[in-house]
This record gives sequence, structure tokens and C-alpha cells, in this order.
Amino acid sequence: MLKDITIGQFFPGDSPIHRLDPRTKIVLTTIYVVMLFAARNPLSLLVGVVFLVVVYPLSRLPLSLVLRSLRPIVPIVLLTAVLNMFFIDGEVKLVEWHFISISQRGVMMAVLMAVRIICLIAGTSLLTYTTSPITLTDGIERLFSPLKKIKVPVHEVAMMMTIALRFIPTLVEETDKIMSAQKARGADMESGGVMQRIRALVPILIPLFVSAFRRADDLALAMECRCYHGGEGRTRMRQMKLGAVDVWGSLLMALCFGGIIAANILGAGMVQL
Amino acid sequence: MPIIKTTGLSHTYSGGTVFEKAAIEDVDLHIERGEYVGVIGHTGSGKSTLVQHLNGLLKPTDGKVYIDGVDIWAEPKKIRDIRFQVGLVFQYPEYQLFEETVYRDIAFGPKNMGLSEDEVDKQVRQAAAFVGLRDRHMEKSPFELSGGQKRRVAIAGVIAMNPKVLILDEPTAGLDPRGRDKILGEIREYHQQQENTVLLVSHSMEDIARYATKVLVMNKSKVFLYDTVEAVFNHAAEIEQMGLAVPQITKICMGLAERGYPISPNTYTVEDAKRQLTEFLGGKGRGE
Amino acid sequence: MEAIIQCRNLSFHYGGGEGEDKRPEVPVLRDLDFAVKQGEFVVVLGHNGSGKSTLAKHFNAILLPSGGTVYVGGLNTADEESLLQIRSHVGMVFQNPDNQIVATVVEEDVAFALENMGVEPLEIRRRVDDALRAVDMYDLRLHAPHQLSGGQKQRVAIAGIIAMRPDCIVLDEPTAMLDPRGRGEVLGTIRQMNRDFGMTIVLITHYMDEAARADRVVVIENGKILLDGAPGDVFSHVDLLKEVGLDVPQSTQLCHELMRAGYDLPRDVISTGQCIEEISRLVERVGK
Repeated sequence: MLKDITIGQFFPGDSPIHRLDPRTKIVLTTIYVVMLFAARNPLSLLVGVVFLVVVYPLSRLPLSLVLRSLRPIVPIVLLTAVLNMFFIDGEVKLVEWHFISISQRGVMMAVLMAVRIICLIAGTSLLTYTTSPITLTDGIERLFSPLKKIKVPVHEVAMMMTIALRFIPTLVEETDKIMSAQKARGADMESGGVMQRIRALVPILIPLFVSAFRRADDLALAMECRCYHGGEGRTRMRQMKLGAVDVWGSLLMALCFGGIIAANILGAGMVQL
Repeated sequence: MPIIKTTGLSHTYSGGTVFEKAAIEDVDLHIERGEYVGVIGHTGSGKSTLVQHLNGLLKPTDGKVYIDGVDIWAEPKKIRDIRFQVGLVFQYPEYQLFEETVYRDIAFGPKNMGLSEDEVDKQVRQAAAFVGLRDRHMEKSPFELSGGQKRRVAIAGVIAMNPKVLILDEPTAGLDPRGRDKILGEIREYHQQQENTVLLVSHSMEDIARYATKVLVMNKSKVFLYDTVEAVFNHAAEIEQMGLAVPQITKICMGLAERGYPISPNTYTVEDAKRQLTEFLGGKGRGE
Repeated sequence: MEAIIQCRNLSFHYGGGEGEDKRPEVPVLRDLDFAVKQGEFVVVLGHNGSGKSTLAKHFNAILLPSGGTVYVGGLNTADEESLLQIRSHVGMVFQNPDNQIVATVVEEDVAFALENMGVEPLEIRRRVDDALRAVDMYDLRLHAPHQLSGGQKQRVAIAGIIAMRPDCIVLDEPTAMLDPRGRGEVLGTIRQMNRDFGMTIVLITHYMDEAARADRVVVIENGKILLDGAPGDVFSHVDLLKEVGLDVPQSTQLCHELMRAGYDLPRDVISTGQCIEEISRLVERVGK
């Protein structure tokens, strides 16, 4: 049961997007997010939407998947939209009823905000859908490695993340086993108020923690036996090389960037975000 | 009335989809009170799944489970009560210890049953005695004990619930021969004293041959055979085919029988093989 | 032949210390002399607590001697400077299959040691592929560890060690947590490493059937070496082995029992085939 939870929902594939260097993807996604917030008017935002519409099919991810991932954020989007609608004032009033007023500008803002959030989620999801957690961690490590010079523990943090990712499924399985064992002794995880349920977690958490510490000990020993001595002097089997895909991807992003700036200028007369 | 009865017991995963997989299929069991049943089967044969149905941890997708004549799922809200009647000790049970003292960990089960402090105390001490834990161990933290002792504490924790049926999933996993003999000896004594029913899931045909009265052989999600130890060993060749390791002594006797000697190919103890050979060889060939 | 591992007057105790930190000394190894030659397949047998694992941990400087010396490939384990070199000469595989795997992908885990040693990337790739093929895990090289069985995980751990191209592999009870199939896989792999690649193997175990096919069996009891010789020789000491809590193969037991009854049989029978042969010969001699 618990085994069905996966982190960061990665869907393996061989599309151009999958093949992008993770560093490229991280940088481009960051730029995209920044750009979304730099967009000033509906036209600029449209550029951002068009970008997604162009890029998503390239990833060959099934549409149903994409839509399903957007479902959880629908409440947030609606909330934002509603807040904007009711609280942003403008000259043209559409509805006036007692103290509630909805202006045309309010409605516009609501729609634009909603679109922005959807683009934000869709854009960052593209990153996590096409990049495995470990590749992502590797990409982050290599991107930040220049920071090692100013004593930032880049390698150590990356190592911790890798080991955590490695052990999550194992620990989930173990939690299942511990729960079954305690239930077999009559542990009741279902009934009672909040305090009772929290107390019922003790027979699960303590063995889990004890086991995790023991694993850490064992693992550290095994790592040392395999000559681990920190990040100094380590080579990597998987080499990250920037390729043609990365150049194309960057060009596309540059285009989008340029497009948004241009739209900002051109649409100076439109409703401003 | 059998203590354990199942009719058409099945558990299917992802039923109705292309990924449908039967963990156990159509299991009909009749286990009488007082039996000591060895449960054997290759990895993936359904042993663990079956056993988790007997104490209500898993719910059948089809079929029924009766403990002491009662359909355990007739009142789903009361399923917890079944777990006090059918005690299940998982593999490597020492990993489930969590309390501050050995005493309190063993008491976890009885306490969940809602017994009075006196009753809990009695059952805890009795269980501890069965597994050879002394008073001086009781107030220690379970984490201070050795691996073998921790396992005893975990087993005691289940015995303390005084279940009608005790199921142990590979209680000797990871133990050395001495540790294995000790634990199996203690379980046998427990079974004889309590006169309840014990199920021992094991990969070792030697262990089962030595301690069990009946054997349940699982193969590919189905019951292959449920019979006495002798009867099961009459199918020794088939059992080997299933990927189960037949005791070496059985293989030796199979080989001797093949050569035409009057040795039963279904022999499963060294003592029995020796007896048959000395009978056959007679007094001849004894040392000068 | 050169000794890869050389222990002289090796003693080890837990505890000790001075002043406030002083704790009672618990001796584990007592004045041991032990050597392993290049290309040997040595099994160290002993019950839990005999000191076998403690001994193994001296072979790659996890533990340092309290007394005496340990030389690995000519390097003294007590010498801090030699540590990494020693560990690249002697690889170690542990009991828990899960707690040795660091990476999220099989082939990356096999590469781990080489990455630590600063080997050039293309060379890493070559060695990883070779190692994976040697343990028959090449097809699963992109799998995540939690998708593997225990036996497969141990084979990955072994691959990770042989990628280092060590002179010697020490395995500390590598099959204790595996089911029979996993045990068979791992033992087969180990034997192959020794036979086909000439790798020196030191296998720590309490399973005597694993010792049956070794070149040499060393029995440890109470921190001292009790027996040291070919498997047949060691197993012929049936009573002594039982006394120290070890099993003897049923074939050896049977022949021992028949010998006690006065029949003439060799003392070093171990395998099933051997046993059948020898008993058949006995039957011929007796004239049946």
C-alpha cells in the first residue's frame, strides 16, 4: 500500500526533453519561472503558454498524465482567482451587490493569475517528469560544484540526498512490515482521537528510527570499505556532456525570453499584471 | 471442529486488470487443534500471504476463513480480536521491539487485549519463561540485548497473548545451528505444554521433518499437499522438482534405492537411514 | 605461494580504556596465527560469538589488533597511511544485502568504489560492465535496488567489490539473510570468482554445507583456531564439531554413525554422491 507512493513522479522516456542535460533543464526551468513573473500583460503571458504548448508534446508524455498532475492544484487556482475577482478594484464594474463588487479588471486579473499558476506548475512538473530524482541530484551537484571553493558542502549534501532517495522505498517497505507486526499484536492505528493516534505511532516510529540508525552505521562502514573518503579526488562514471539538444533547448528558451520582453513593451497599453 | 478452516481462500492483486496476479488461489484447509504444522513452499508460493490471512491482517478477495468455527470477517470491526487468538510472529521479529523495558514490550500484546494488570503480569512472566528469559532481563532495555535474546523477547511478546494458534514465520532465520536448535526446542516445549496449535513456516525440510506432525506444501499459490510428514516425504521427488531442498539424507537414500538396495527413498532422518542400513547389512562387515 | 593475509599472535578485546572510560575487557580473539594464500578458497566456520566476524574485520583494517599484527599484501593494517591501499586489495561483503547499496541504480553502485579511487571514467565503465557480467547482473544494471531480491542485491555488492580488482574478497556471512535460492546464487557466484578468476576468497559462515566445497576449512571457537584443514578432515571430527555448536552434513553423520556401529567407512565423506558411492562399496564388500 505504502509502496505506491513515489517521489517526484518520474516517467522514463527517450524524448528530446528527457535527453537534455539535467543542468540545462534546471537552469532553463528556473529562467522560465522567473520569466513568468516578469510577464507584464496578457500578451507576455501568452508567450509563456505557447512555449509550454510547443515543448510538452516534445516530451512525449501522455496528455492524461499532465492533466492528472494539474488536478491537485485546481483548488489553489480557484482560490486565487476568487480572491482576485472580489478584491481587485477597477473602473468598470460588472457586478455590484451590497458591499460585493466585481470589476472587469478583477476578472481579468483572476484569469491571468490562474493562467500564471497553471504555467508555473506545468513548467516545473515537466522538469520532474522527465528527470529522475538521482539525475536531478547529480545535476544540482554539478551546477553548484564551483561553490565548493567557498567551502559550501556541495558533495556532502548531494551524497545525503542520494542516500535518502536510495533508502526511501526500502524504509517504506520496512514501515509496512513494522505496522503489520504491531497490528498482529493488537495495535490499533485506526480508532481514537488525535492524541491516541499519535501515541499509536510510537510502536512504528521507534523501531523505524532504530533500524534507520543501524542502517546508517552499516552503510557508512560499507562505504569506507569501498575507499570512500569524502568528495576529494572522486571521479564519476556518468559524464554529463552538453549536446545539440541543449543548444536547441537554450535557443528556444532565449526565443521565449525575447518574446516576453517584446510583448511587455508592445502590450504597454493592455491590462497590466 | 477444526481450529483453522478455509474454503476457497483466494487473494488476487489488481483483479480485473491485465496485471492480475494470484498470491494464493482456492486454498481449502482443515487444521485440527493441537497439530504442529510445518508450512513449506518456494519463495513466492504464497506461504506468507496465506499465513497473514489466518490472523486477519489480509482480507480474502474470495473465500472464507474460519477460526474455531467463526467466520473471522463476519464482523469486520471485530477483526482485531482474531489477532489475539491467532498470534503471528514475523521474520526477524526483533526489529519490531520498541518499549523501554523487555517487560513492557512483552506486555504490549496483553495490554492491547484489555487485560487487568495482574493478568498481564502473569502472562508476561509465563511467556518470558517459555523462551528462557530470566527476571534479570525483564527490566533491561530490549536494545541492550543480543540478537538472539531480542528475538526471544519478540516471540514472547506474541506468546503472551495466549493465542489458540501460534504461527511463526521462519523463526530461525539468520541463527546459527545452536541458536536454531534452542528456539525450535523451546517452541516444541511450548506446543506440548499449551496443547495449542502451531504453524511453522520454514525453508528447512530438516527442521520440519524433526518437529512437525503435519506438513502443508504450497506451490505456485496453491496447496500441493497437506498430510503427515511420512506421506509428504512419499512425494520427495516431486517436492524436489518444485525447487524445495529435500534433506541430504533423503537424497542419499533415494540414490541408494535407485541402486536397488532395500532402503526407502522417502527416509528423512539420519537415525532411520542408519537403522535401515544396519538391518540390511546385518552383522557382516563390522570392524575387525 | 605468497600469503595475502598474515595474522601473527593476533589478539583482540572489546573494552579496556583508561581512567573514567575504563570498561571491563572482553577478549574475543586470543593469540591467533592465521594466513591466507593467494588463490585459496578458505571458509571460516564458527557459531555466533566464536570470534569469526571479529577476525574477518581485521583483514581490511575495520578493527585493529589489541595485540599482535595483521599484514595484508605486505602492508601493516595498523599503518594509517596504508588504509586505502589495503582496502583496495581486500574487499568486504557484509551480511545485510540492503545496507551495502549506496546508489539508486545498480550500475552506479558497482561504480562507487572506483569513483572513490579516482579511476578514469571510461575505465570505470569497462570494469563495471565486466563485473556485472561476471555476477550475471548485467541485464538488471539499470534497476533500482529495492526492485531486487536478496540474492541479487548480494551479487550487486559482490560486483561492486570485484570492480576494484582486489586480490582477495572477504565475505562475512553473506547468505545468512537469504532464502535457499539466493544462497545458491551467491555461493555459485563466489565459487566462480575463485575458480574462473583466481580470486582469493575468505568466507565467514556458520553453514557447514558452504564449507563443503572450500579448499580449506578453519573452525574458530572462543577466539582460537580449533581445526584447520581440508573439508573432509575437518568434518570427520563429528563429535567435536557438535560440541562447539556446529552442524555436520547428514552424509558425514550417517557414515560416522555406521562407523560407530562397527562398519568400515572413510571418515571424510561429505557430498551426497560420495556417500552413496562409499555405502555402495561397503555393500559390495559385505557381499550383498
